[in-house]
Amino acid sequence: MAQREHNQKFITAANGCSVLKELHPRQIIPDSKPAIEWSRMEEADNFAKTVKLFRQGWYDADSFRRFRLQHGAYGTRMTGDYAMVRIKIPAGEIYPQQLEKISSISEQYSIGSAHLSTRENVQLHWVVLEDVSEIFRELAQVGLTSREACGNTVRNVMCSPLSGVCPEEAFDATPYSLATARFFLRNPMAQNLPRKFKFNFTCCEKHGMVRMVDVGLIPAVRQNDGQIQKGFKVFLGGGLGNKSYVGHQLEDFTPEEDLLHTSIAVVRLFDRLGDRKNLARNRMRYLVNDMGWEKFQNLVLKERAIVRATQSVVTRLHVDDTPAVIRRPIAVYDESSNQISDGYARWLKTNTLPQRQAEYSSVFITLEAGDITARQLDAMAQMIRDYSAEGKARCGFVQNLALRYVHNDDLPMLYSRLLNTGLAKSGALTMAAPIGCSGTTSCNLALTNSHRLAKEIQRKFLELHLDLDDDLRDSSIKISGCPNSCGQHGIATIGFFGGGARVGRDMYPNYQMSLGGRSDGDTMLGMTCMRVPAKRVIPVILKIIDLFKEHKKPDDSLKSWIHRVANNSGGTEINSIKDIQKVLAPMVVPPRKEDDPDFYLDHGSDVSYHTKTGKGECAA
Amino acid sequence: MCCLRSENVTLDADSLRSEISDRSLLVIDVRKEEEYKTDHIPGSVNLPLASLLADDSPQHVLSIVNSMGIDDETRVAVYDDRSGAIASRVAWTLEYLGHSKVMLLDITYANWKSLGFDTDSNTPQVQPKTHSMNLQPDILATYDYLEGAQARDDVVLIDNRERLNFLEQHIPGAINLPYHAFGTRDHILRPKDEMMRLFGNRGIGGDSEIITYCGSVGTLSGLAYYALKSAGFDNARLYVRSFIEWKRLQKPTMTQEDANYWDLSAE
Repeated sequence: MAQREHNQKFITAANGCSVLKELHPRQIIPDSKPAIEWSRMEEADNFAKTVKLFRQGWYDADSFRRFRLQHGAYGTRMTGDYAMVRIKIPAGEIYPQQLEKISSISEQYSIGSAHLSTRENVQLHWVVLEDVSEIFRELAQVGLTSREACGNTVRNVMCSPLSGVCPEEAFDATPYSLATARFFLRNPMAQNLPRKFKFNFTCCEKHGMVRMVDVGLIPAVRQNDGQIQKGFKVFLGGGLGNKSYVGHQLEDFTPEEDLLHTSIAVVRLFDRLGDRKNLARNRMRYLVNDMGWEKFQNLVLKERAIVRATQSVVTRLHVDDTPAVIRRPIAVYDESSNQISDGYARWLKTNTLPQRQAEYSSVFITLEAGDITARQLDAMAQMIRDYSAEGKARCGFVQNLALRYVHNDDLPMLYSRLLNTGLAKSGALTMAAPIGCSGTTSCNLALTNSHRLAKEIQRKFLELHLDLDDDLRDSSIKISGCPNSCGQHGIATIGFFGGGARVGRDMYPNYQMSLGGRSDGDTMLGMTCMRVPAKRVIPVILKIIDLFKEHKKPDDSLKSWIHRVANNSGGTEINSIKDIQKVLAPMVVPPRKEDDPDFYLDHGSDVSYHTKTGKGECAA
Repeated sequence: MCCLRSENVTLDADSLRSEISDRSLLVIDVRKEEEYKTDHIPGSVNLPLASLLADDSPQHVLSIVNSMGIDDETRVAVYDDRSGAIASRVAWTLEYLGHSKVMLLDITYANWKSLGFDTDSNTPQVQPKTHSMNLQPDILATYDYLEGAQARDDVVLIDNRERLNFLEQHIPGAINLPYHAFGTRDHILRPKDEMMRLFGNRGIGGDSEIITYCGSVGTLSGLAYYALKSAGFDNARLYVRSFIEWKRLQKPTMTQEDANYWDLSAE
């Protein structure tokens, strides 16, 4: 593994303002080894052989697709020649040597950029199908796999990027998340489920994301005979999609020792009772909804009793509770020449969070819709080595990356390094970091270029300094390129999903806008507001912000104001979603094509818009 | 021993170091003149790619080769600081002239330095020599040769540009292997077994003739030429004028339709 090499002695910011010198090389600490080996080299050989057999006609298309998806290679828009490789990052934990490996394979086999997804996967797009096995081989060298990242399996097990450092959490859920991922990966019981199945662990209610997934878990503790007992609040049957549902809490408290039994019970029930025929309705949330929560809840509790009574004692979660090694990389600075540029204060405010560990912060990296270049991945790897006292990073919930355990004294230096690699944009923890699924850049199902739209919105927000607006900070914008919710529009303060609309014979890209979605303790799905043409999305968002400023109560944030409006208690002038509709209506009227030809083009495109889709394989 | 070695595509750093001290080969540094002047591998002579490309007619190349002190028997090793692609283009040019004893240093100059090997800034004195001209048309593809080859099913055309450029526009029938795929972080070319597997996965094998091209002057595709050679393919040709000529001549191209792949790039 790469050793820490530190040869950077002078660092000059892109704007020339900040000059920080490191007088001595840092202590050379070898990269820590990932806790769990997720890969199997033989799967690369097997995949290469199977692709050959498929090309020679020995496999039918359906069997091959199933095999391909099981190994984490997803189809690509309008072509059978390319695949997307979705690399799972269980619990979001990623090590510097892994980032470097992803960097080199992105240049060798993909587009020289990687994409961070909303579910802590790293995706490589436009990979030639015949090269996928080479990627598996390379990933195996750093312990990573894409196995069961797609298909009807247990998908990547997520954990909050703040688990372990969140001031609000009961305890660190990371080891449980990793153990769950390890238990289900390649587990025969999870190889052919009715549909994909997702676990999300989080840190606390506020950081959310547990009520919009098949199984969501928040760590909790209770007093039991004077002892503190660890456990979870477990939420079941939520999910975002063509039709979205909010999950239900199974019981007040699920003790730690019941975690695996509960997980197995739910997976088994879904496996047995889930709909295997109707593709559009076979996620577990439909089963829960059709059956009714109480009946499902009862079945889970009964199934769990059976699991508890019948599972062998060797069937257990391997929870590795060894405390993390926290060792601040040593650096000596020349403080005298330490000048900080203007951007630093803004970045500090919008991209960093104090940890519960004194003197340490978590730093979130602003990406554009989750995209990061090979060069930036390499730079991140080195910055982890140089600044993170835990020696690894975390993938976040919103297509981003978090560097944790950065000593507060090191923040200016880190900012300077980020500036040099184009990674110092502000707004990561604000509304100025919208989510955009891959859309028409690569996805077969996409109707619009949601990916580019997210980037355009971010650029506009940063240009207007809206990331600094405290009233907007806890709001979010999320965009999907079709109704299938990969962009999680349903839980956004302002959410959009793409479609096409027409004026006479001319088509234009159009988005359905929803308002008031959220994924925290008061999780609710956004309420449908109206359709907004792609080229009107940015003005419409800005208009909503204007309305908010005009009508807010003194302590309202945009999120709380929209929440009230969505619940028909906004106030006198703008009381309900309908009132917002009325104000916005004139803005969404299509102009004639001869008056405004640009209106009829999608973002990032100069050819006339038409919807075109292929067969879906269910992206996330 | 000497003959065996001259069949190798690359020379490792240790062998180069011992051969430098034996003065048994000539080392060519193909970086820019100012970079060469700062420091270089001891004893190496400078041939910046740009000065070669300014006029790469065989007559002119011959005069350069003579002035660098290379005759038909001189063993030559070439290096650059950019993934071996620049060195490959120079090496291929020597091969085309009929020089059979040219190899690539298997690491870049940046690697050489980071490994702590010797460098200096002296420019060696060279005695001009006389090289013969024995052009090798079998390793060259021209646009009209390529056009003829497109109809044949025993020809594989490889585009060595990066993926997004390929998706946007390429020569019909080409497959894409970005030049990055041939090397590793440590070496300009991967080991032979890996290279054979990479090509094998893509269905490149058997007796096919292979033509490589890239964006403009045949550097990236020059590296591909040597990658193929290192994997045992002796029937490769370099379309040295590459895609820039193809487009200038308004030959047909193909594009990946109906997808906004450029917007996935973080560049």
